[in-house]
Amino acid sequence: MITESQPQPQKTPLLAAHQRLGAKLIDFGGWLMPVNYSGGIIEEHQATRSAVGVFDVCHMGEIHFRGSRAGEAVQRLVTNRVAGLEDGRAMYAVACHESGGIVDDLIVYRVAADHFLIVVNASNIDKDYRHFLANAGSLCQITNESDATALIAFQGPKAAAALQPLADAALAALPSFHFLPDRRVADRPVWIARTGYTGEDGFEVFCAPEHALALWDVLVEAAAKVGGKPVGLGARDTLRLEARLCLYGNDLTDTTTPLEAGLGWVVKFDAGDFIGKQALLRQREAGIERKLVGFEMRARGIARHGYAISDVESGARLGEVTSGTVGPTVGKNIGLGYVPTSHSDPGTRILIDCRGRPAQAEIIKGPFYRRQNAYNAPHPRSQPRP
Amino acid sequence: MSDTYPNDLLYTEDHEWARAEGNLVTVGISQFAVEQLGDVTQVDLPREGEVLKQHDAFGSVESVKAVSDLFAPVSGKVVKVNTTLQDSPEYVNEDPYDGGWMIQIEALNPDDLKGLMDAATYEAFLRENEK
Repeated sequence: MITESQPQPQKTPLLAAHQRLGAKLIDFGGWLMPVNYSGGIIEEHQATRSAVGVFDVCHMGEIHFRGSRAGEAVQRLVTNRVAGLEDGRAMYAVACHESGGIVDDLIVYRVAADHFLIVVNASNIDKDYRHFLANAGSLCQITNESDATALIAFQGPKAAAALQPLADAALAALPSFHFLPDRRVADRPVWIARTGYTGEDGFEVFCAPEHALALWDVLVEAAAKVGGKPVGLGARDTLRLEARLCLYGNDLTDTTTPLEAGLGWVVKFDAGDFIGKQALLRQREAGIERKLVGFEMRARGIARHGYAISDVESGARLGEVTSGTVGPTVGKNIGLGYVPTSHSDPGTRILIDCRGRPAQAEIIKGPFYRRQNAYNAPHPRSQPRP
Repeated sequence: MSDTYPNDLLYTEDHEWARAEGNLVTVGISQFAVEQLGDVTQVDLPREGEVLKQHDAFGSVESVKAVSDLFAPVSGKVVKVNTTLQDSPEYVNEDPYDGGWMIQIEALNPDDLKGLMDAATYEAFLRENEK
């Protein structure tokens, strides 16, 4: 997950807070971001699973679509069904190239029939914005408002209880993948969304950059009261991987398709003529040759991005690990990688080449971690995972 | 000098430390390395009896987010291995200079130690690298 450093990484409005908290900072996709604070990745991971984690996700991109044909424009770009959204609803989707390869994975928020917001990955903001303009710019007004938007994630089983006293909205009445624009948290103007990337219940709070630092401090304080804390990108990665949520650049790329990545549930062929539909239809007809699978290590070793996957019997190369880590909550070493469909059944043993030492792993179906007592059942159309 | 880099140890540019007692050299990784790695979750070490050449990779240490090779500060035979790290890799984080020691080498050539840095030189080296 650590990318090569580039000159002059961009800074989020929360950098001063991270420095004050003693964060270890790295250049992540062109952004100076905290990997972890003083307690370390595992402690931050556990705090999010047991209480609340507060995350700086200001680096994420916010692209707005406005105009009477905004819904049509978004449907041209994403694979999931835009018509299924109502005001105040959000859904996970991907945007594809004509080839079916994934431009980005993203969340679409319907603010109104003539106003949609798409939140995209930080490292893809420029690419996505160009792609959106080129393919839907004639249908409505598309603006990249990433620099004018700060975003703080507040995630964990105690998130709702900790946030409620600060918010001017009844959070219990806000289901998963719903959001409330134009609200206040700690008397600052925000949008509150019940979305996240940790496998826990939680919120993402959008605000203007000038409010971000004050809001961060209030949220960190609220988290601390229930045993929570600020969490960096290191634990964000272990949390999302335990929940088997994909990371763009690792598990999803311009050359992998949503059908290969196990994201067929966000591809609605009858939703409209979105970009990539024909290629995805052809791929579905021809059969999917490789699949993204989850695996647990059965021998000593930690899989890492780029390690080779091979056949246990023949030793033939099957594919590559796209994400791998220690799973602090599941207590296992886990990972994701692409293998031929013939080797993708749950229970199949594979070999991971851990720097020259082959270690056995077993393909596992579904998320490695599933939270207990989900506060409410996610809406079927917006279920975070199949 | 602070306790961060004890004065009785020698250090390598790869952030191993070496404690020499006669021709026995105990090896671990420095506080700087520990801070860079974060939570250590796995330590892979050689077997007793293995013969190492100076600068050879003799094992690896994995944290949640990264994996790093370990390099032998001196040539010689591995005479002792800290096997408790197999089950308790966190000792490397908690106590890098004592409970987190990794291997003990019977050094072949005492001159190997001359190429290592003392604490003050190592700290200057770290400051230089920060720039």
